[in-house]
This record gives sequence, C-alpha cells and structure tokens, in this order.
Amino acid sequence: MRLEPIKNPSLGRKLVPPALALTTTIVIASLLAMLAGANPFSVLGLILKGAFGSQFALLETLNRATPLIFTGLAVAVAFRAKFWNIGAEAQLYAGALMTVLLGTGFLPWPSAALLPVIILASILAGAFLLLIPALLKTRFGVDEVVTTLLFNFIFLLFISMLLEGPLKDPMGMGWPKSARLIPEARLPRIFEGLRLHWGFALALISAVGVWVIQTRSTLGYEMRAVGLNKQAAAFAGIPINLVLVKTALLSGGLAALAGFSEVAGLKGSLTLDLSPGFGYTGIIVAMLALLNPLGVVVAALFVAGIFVGADSMSRAADVPTYLADIMLAVALLLMVLAIMLARFRVVRD
Amino acid sequence: MCSTPVEALSLDAITKRFGELTANDAVSLSLNQGEVVALLGENGAGKTTLMNILFGQYTADSGTVRVFGETIPPGNSRAALDAGVGMVHQHFTLADNLTVQENITLGVRSLLSLRSDRAGARARITALSEKYHLAVSPDARVGALSVGERQRVEILKALYRDVRILILDEPTAVLTPQETDDLFATLRLAIADGLSIIFISHKLHEVMAIADRVVVLRHGKMAGGVRIADTDKQALAAMMMGTEATPPKVAKSTPGAALLELRNVTTPDVGNAPGLRSVSLALRAGQIIGLAGVSGNGQAAMADVVGGLVSPAQGQVLLADAEVNNWTPRAAVQSGIARIPEDRHKTGTIADFDLTENAILERYKSADFSTRGWLNWGKSRAFADAIIDKYDVRCPGADTPIRLLSGGNMQKLILGRVLEANPQVILANQPVRGLDIGAVNYVHSQLLAARDRGAAVLLISEDLDEVMALSDVIHVIADGRLSPAFDRGQMTPAQLGLWMAGQGFEDEVAHAS
Repeated sequence: MRLEPIKNPSLGRKLVPPALALTTTIVIASLLAMLAGANPFSVLGLILKGAFGSQFALLETLNRATPLIFTGLAVAVAFRAKFWNIGAEAQLYAGALMTVLLGTGFLPWPSAALLPVIILASILAGAFLLLIPALLKTRFGVDEVVTTLLFNFIFLLFISMLLEGPLKDPMGMGWPKSARLIPEARLPRIFEGLRLHWGFALALISAVGVWVIQTRSTLGYEMRAVGLNKQAAAFAGIPINLVLVKTALLSGGLAALAGFSEVAGLKGSLTLDLSPGFGYTGIIVAMLALLNPLGVVVAALFVAGIFVGADSMSRAADVPTYLADIMLAVALLLMVLAIMLARFRVVRD
Repeated sequence: MCSTPVEALSLDAITKRFGELTANDAVSLSLNQGEVVALLGENGAGKTTLMNILFGQYTADSGTVRVFGETIPPGNSRAALDAGVGMVHQHFTLADNLTVQENITLGVRSLLSLRSDRAGARARITALSEKYHLAVSPDARVGALSVGERQRVEILKALYRDVRILILDEPTAVLTPQETDDLFATLRLAIADGLSIIFISHKLHEVMAIADRVVVLRHGKMAGGVRIADTDKQALAAMMMGTEATPPKVAKSTPGAALLELRNVTTPDVGNAPGLRSVSLALRAGQIIGLAGVSGNGQAAMADVVGGLVSPAQGQVLLADAEVNNWTPRAAVQSGIARIPEDRHKTGTIADFDLTENAILERYKSADFSTRGWLNWGKSRAFADAIIDKYDVRCPGADTPIRLLSGGNMQKLILGRVLEANPQVILANQPVRGLDIGAVNYVHSQLLAARDRGAAVLLISEDLDEVMALSDVIHVIADGRLSPAFDRGQMTPAQLGLWMAGQGFEDEVAHAS
C-alpha cells in the first residue's frame, strides 16, 4: 500500500475530508460523553449553548478567542515560511511583561498616547524574543523547534523570578503577581456594559492585516516562496535568511499582542497563570485554519467555543472538562489526516 | 572453452517509458557466471533505470528479468535480492552511527530472533575481508571511515549475503587511482570464485581494464554490445557518444565583444563534484558556447558562478570588462543574465505557485511588478499571459499551479520569463533534458534566435550531440578543468569523448613536462 499524490484534487476531495473530520470528532466526543454516563445529544447541546447560546456565552467565547487569534496568526505566519515557531507562549509573556513594565505608572500618559506605545513596545519585545532563535538558525543552523520550545520554559521561569522579586505587587498579599495597570493603560470595552474589549477588534484587524501582507506584499510573496521551495527561492535571488528573520519578527510580534491584550483587556495584571497554554493552542488553531490568516479567526472561535462550552457543560451535565481537550486533540489529528487525504490517494499494490 | 557458460542474469527486451520519454527501449543484457559486463553510457542514457527495474523499484512496461533461469516478478523489490543479486550504489547506503559489523549484519537476521551470533558473524567478516583483501576493522564506526573504506564495507556487506551477482554503480567515481587498482584486484579474486559482475561506468579505460564484455546504452537504446578483446577506447567512445552527427542547420555567426568573462576562477568543491579549477572563459555576443562533459565534473559550479549563486574563491567575474563585486542571483538577473536552471522542477519553479507567481519569481522586486513592497498583481498577470501567448505555454490559465504543467510547458514558461527581459547573456543548463522532441526543437530554436539577436549563450549539456549541433565554440569540462576552445567541426565526438574522460588534460600535462 502506498500514497500517490493527486495532481489536481477536485472540490469534493478538498471539502469532504475536513467535513468528515468534524463529524468524526463529534461522534467520538459523543461516545466519550456516553462513557461518562451522560446523554451525548444533551452534552453536545450544552456545549453549543454554553459557547454561543447567550449574549454572555458569546462574549465569553469571543474574549477567549482573542489571544488564540493572535497566537494562531503568529504560528500561521511562521509555519507558512516553514519557520517552526513553537515559542508563541514565551512571546506572549514577553508582550505581557512589557505591558506591565510600561503600564503600571512608569509612563503617566493619557490612553491615546500610552496604549500605542505599549502596543509597539510589546510587539518589539515578542519580536526580539524570536529574533534570537531566528539568528541562531540562520547563522549556525540551530534547529528553531528546539530553541523556541526551550525558550518557553526559560522565559516562564524568568517571569516567575520577576514576579517573586522586583515586579511583585507590594499590595498583593504575598501572591506572585504584578501591580495592576493604571486605568489609562487598560483596553476599553467595545460596547458600554459588555465584557468584550478592544483586544478582539485588534485581533480581527491583525488577521486582515496578515492576510493582506501574505497575498499582496513582496514580503508575503517571499515568505510563501521560501516556505514552499527554498532551493528555487534561493536560485531566484530571494534572500532566504533575511526573509526568515523578518518572518520571525512578525510572528513574535503577533504572539506578544496576545499577552498585551490579555493583560490590558482582561486581567489588568501579570500572573504566572495568565496563559493556559494559548501559545501551544495557537499551533492547533493555525493547523485547523490550514495556515490561512482569515481561517485562523474561524478556527480560534471554534476552539474557544469548545473550551467555553465544555466549561459550562461540565457544570450542568457533570462530564469532566477534559472532554474539550480530547475533542481538540481528535479534531487536530483528523484534520491533519484530512489534509493528507485531500492531496494523496491510497493505492493498493 | 568446452563447457557452456551458465547464464547468471538475463534482461530481455526491457522497455520503460516515463510519459513521453522512453528511458529504456527494448534493452537486453545477459551476464554469464564469472563474467564482468560493463554497462557504458552517458548520464540519462538509461543505465540507472535499467538497474531500478532489475531491483523492482520500477515496473517495466515490457520485457522480462531472469536470474539463474528464474523469472523475477516485476515490481517486487525483494525478489532480486533474495535471488542473490547485490548492488553497491554510487551513494552508499550505510548507517554512519553503527559499526562496520553492525552495518554488515543489519537486516540479515529477523528482528524477532532472540539469538545473536556476534562471534560467528565477526569470524565470517574477518575471513571474508582477509580472503578478498578488504581491510577494514569490524569495530570501526562507519562515520569515521574514508570513502574508499566505506565502499569496502558495502562490498563486504554484499559478499556476506552470499550474492552471486554484484552490480557496481560508478564504483570508481569516488576513488583515487590507487584505490581503484585495489578494488579491481578484489573484484578479480571474487570473479575467480564465481561471482558475476555488472560494472556501470563511463570511464573508458576502467571498462577496458576490468570488463569481459561491454554493453553501450545511448538515449535509452542499445548502441552496441562487444567483447572487450574486439574493441578499443576510440570505438567505445564513438559508440557512447554516437557518430551520426545531426546535420547542423546553424548559420555561422560573427562573435562580438565579451559580455561575461571568467578569469582564473576557482570555486570550492560541492559534495563529491569538483568546483572550478582556475577556469577562464569568455562569453561573446552572438555566440553559443557549448560546455560538454560527463556529469559531475564541474558543470554545476560553472552554472552557479555564471548564475550568481556562487562567488569565485579565487579569480574574477567580469561583466562587459568591469569586475563585479557582491555577485548574487539578483545582481546576475539585473545585469541581464538569463538563467535556465538544470532542474526546472526543483530550482526553476515553485510547484505550488501558479504561473503568474512563477513568472515574476526573479523580478518581483523590479518596478515592473511591485511598488514600495506591494505587488502589482495586475501587471504580473498580464506578464504571465503575455508569456503564455508568445511562448505557446499550454495551460488552463495563468492561475494554474505550475506543477500541473508538462515539463516542456514548464520550460517554455521559464524561457519566456528570462527571454522577455531581453538578456545579454543566457545560461542554459541542460535546457532540454527530459523534454519530448517538439519541445527540444522549440527550446533550441529560441536559443539560436537569441544568439542571432546578439546574446551570448552558454549551453551546458551532458548530451554531446546537442552541444555539437548548436555550439559555435565547444569547451570540454573534466574534473573542474576547462579544455581549450574547439571551433565547430574541429573535433569528432570520439575526440571530445577522450577529453571528457580526462585524456586530453593528461596529454597536455605530459607535453608540458
């Protein structure tokens, strides 16, 4: 048995496997819900209702999707150029750190001046953090999967050190947590009285921005060329190392915005549990979106919906929230399989 | 001899087509026990395809393979191995991180068997290596061995498996002359013990030294089969290159000024292939300069230097008599060098990009296609449409991924991409390899038209017929050294063949000393 590439897959071949992947995910989730002693239909219904069924649920899902859009974009941008950034988690914290450094009174400016500065500084912090693995790769050929992954642990420990030391909030009753942002450094809500903050709008703008860069700019063209065929790109005169460094800067900056948006829009201060693995989940989001920046928004809403919905379902149906993790893992694995089935056919010898 | 020889291997009327290309056209080959048959031919003549069919990597369209009278089922990669056929590949198949003994015994026993007879295996390896003068320590890590030693391990590996037929693919390409002599001594010992050998090579003197018979392939067809005793080097060279000269319908040209010049250029080796060794070459306006040579003799280095991918380690590149610094692919393109790469699938195009994206690949940064970092897709698309129209690229449209096109149409797009920029110099590296005859003629006519417009064309090809048919001037490249310039019609294919085998250079040295 072997796989044979399909030169020109039909529309059906492109659409049916992902649809099958989604259906199979739901079937497997239902079986697990039954194992947990619940009615699968009511469990799925509860997840759907918990994620999108009310204004509160919907806003909760949008808020949860916001950091996932940023990290998903960061991963999608990098993976498109075959630069394997597994370190969105660390870059997220770099953005959050910069937000806290500048936003807790160090710059006593009005919002209109302060927020743009913080946003820019956060982007630079995340970009700088990914610049190091990028240079190690382009100069010395060090595998970026290893460096970016390990940077996550190093940087989280560094944050932990700061929160136990110089950044520790004196009013924090001994908890490892930073001081709160001054009101001018907080992202306002989009609608008066609703919990949704401007970070979500920023995420949508970023997604469109990345899409425009990828499809219309010479940089996006270079990134795609390098990702698809380094040899041909080099022959054509595309400076591969420079493109990889630019890609890293863009990717790191996007991931950092997740940290900024979480601190300035939602939490108001930096703690070690700021991100429940948004950086890693960003990889799932990007893969589900097939690395398409606009698809990232949809995938992030899907993933956030499952998480938020599972939380609420768990309370109502007494099924563990682990179901959400399993659903995501299954969805990802099946999606990868679906992508393969869309491009290859199985031939029996 | 009174006893009839035992037939060890017989390939009978093997035909294999890849699309429009016939790689093997009714090729037959037989090998008797204890005999050495050389398989001679240029690159792309079909030697490797034939061996891949024997080992079941490819399934032949027609023809049969028999080993000691047993027919080998097609497409079964174990069948030939189990029947006692072993192969030493040009690129070794050894695990660097394992020892010699581990490499030799790898895959001989079932993974599931619990017993391991290390001492017995070791004794056998030692015995074999002593008997056949294959000195190598069983405990050495393969990664630490020289190329010659690794080859000994490969041969030991085959002997350990009791092969009765051994196929050696270009075994001397990586050896020094001394190591080659040792290899031949080993092979003679093994032949005396009844081993039969197929020796794939394009080095004539080695074929003369080791083989009993020789089978010559040319363009996938049998060009001849003779006993070594009945032939000589010149006859073999003629057979390999072909004597039937394609009538040159090329008008004579008057060469102009040197547009691009290499002066004493030396470049580093690339893997096993040599770099350039103090090469001087002038590409003149209105001239096709042909570069003939056996694959892997410095053609890649030459193409890289002219194409801007490699800067000379020593020597100079001059453009219209001015030395160039900071020599990059982009600088080459901007200086008016059209580059047709050797591998149109991997180097020339990006398979998943559509025709528009591929058309602007070299010049997306120019004002024609982008402004301040933003691409102008309208102009790009118009450019692609113009190429499709003018160069007759058969495709569903400019937004088709280029991987869906045939090789000929892909090459037409590349031609259009580079020729539409009105280049001064054209680097055509193997421009027609793998193309059907119609596309070949089209590409050739375009190169001739460019020459007549006043461009300088460097035609690099392993197909001597092509070089001889098109070139105004021919150089031969061998082991990174460049022969003197030969005018059109000055040399016969056989004479060029000797230069390609490195003979002329040796004569030059002999004259000099």
